[in-house]
Amino acid sequence: MTTALAPTAEPLVPGTPPPATVLQDVWRGISRENPVVIQMLGMCPTMAVTNLVANGLAMGLATTFVMVGAGLFVSLFRRHIANEVRITSYILIIATFVTLADLILAATFPVISRALGPFMPLIVANCLLLGRAEAFAAKVGIPRAVADGFGMGMGFTLSLTTLSALRELLGRGTLLGFPVMGASYEPWVFMVLPPGGFFALGLLLLSVAWVGGRRKRNVQAR
Amino acid sequence: MTGGHVHPQSVPSAEGRQVPAARLLATLAIAGAASGLLVVLVYRLTLPAIQRYAGQQVEVAVREVLRAPARWDTLYLVQDRLVALAPEGTDKGELPKAYLGRDAAGRRTAVAVTAREPGFQEELTLMIGFEPVSGALTGIKVLEQKETPGLGDKIETDSAFGNQFPGRIVPLRRVKLRTGSDPSEVQTITGATISSRAVIRIVNNALARWRPLLTAFDRTAGR
Repeated sequence: MTTALAPTAEPLVPGTPPPATVLQDVWRGISRENPVVIQMLGMCPTMAVTNLVANGLAMGLATTFVMVGAGLFVSLFRRHIANEVRITSYILIIATFVTLADLILAATFPVISRALGPFMPLIVANCLLLGRAEAFAAKVGIPRAVADGFGMGMGFTLSLTTLSALRELLGRGTLLGFPVMGASYEPWVFMVLPPGGFFALGLLLLSVAWVGGRRKRNVQAR
Repeated sequence: MTGGHVHPQSVPSAEGRQVPAARLLATLAIAGAASGLLVVLVYRLTLPAIQRYAGQQVEVAVREVLRAPARWDTLYLVQDRLVALAPEGTDKGELPKAYLGRDAAGRRTAVAVTAREPGFQEELTLMIGFEPVSGALTGIKVLEQKETPGLGDKIETDSAFGNQFPGRIVPLRRVKLRTGSDPSEVQTITGATISSRAVIRIVNNALARWRPLLTAFDRTAGR
């Protein structure tokens, strides 16, 4: 956090993340610091787009793209961005990548782009992005920032895909649009509607907490 | 903040060293310019694919609001006049267009136009099918909207709303609940009042704009 134009030595910022390997940085976002089921960040898109696997997957991958791009640039310019304008700069970087993701998706998968509609531009407002830029990418080197962005993005994608698979399977009897439940299955339309999203998220959080608690007890018992 | 102890959360204050404003401005200006450049570059690269898809969507919408016409002709609006052929050197994609639906015998059934006006949060684009002489609608379809998911987007997702329009006669009036059989009444959606009102306003404005143009075209073309 220096004001000189020339980069100086690695800044010593309070709360600098503890050293870790790049692989550990990736894995942390997927597992014990998973954005959705552990940190509970980015709940708005989580609830809104997980009615179909294709939508959840697309939102997850788009967010991953933005997280990696933003992590790279925030880390790259971390010694040039003055403290006073850092949030503005981070938002600018994030917004640029969101716009790119939006355009690329619209050009390649127009149907999914249309289904995600207003939620694509709203990735800018996903607190996960600014949170990781401020708490992590601005304090570490490029490889770690990119690894963290990728890991967090993958963790987000994994959670969204799990949630949307549960909702699409029960709510429509299909997965990625292919019927899997057989003709006699009566879809629980409730699951693809907003209340079904809260219900499915509750189930997911419950099972994650249950598994986590069991593991902790096992460790203590040993 | 070179040297000297500074709190991590410190905001520029009256005391202590401050970053020169010029430097802050320069940082943001450079970042903004770089960001703009990148966005423009990707925009230009993705534009052809996006436009191709938009063209297909328009075709589907024309077919729908004109109630499956046998074929249709495209008219272009050039200098406040409708012409069948776009003049040389103009970009057809940029000109406002009217689609003249025809039945199997070649008679005109209805006309479709697109209209774009502000909705609740972003501009709404509608395809509107109507009979220009009587002012009766044949159908509407939302081409593009970014209204609130779950509320305002019902103008597109709630088919009961869109299905009201065929047969309605302009100028449309909005009502909370349709009572009689007044052909100008359109029922707004609960929770999407502003978006429904926007749709009704767009339809009324579009017909007010296009009907005289089509009448003038009919006179010169002798139908």
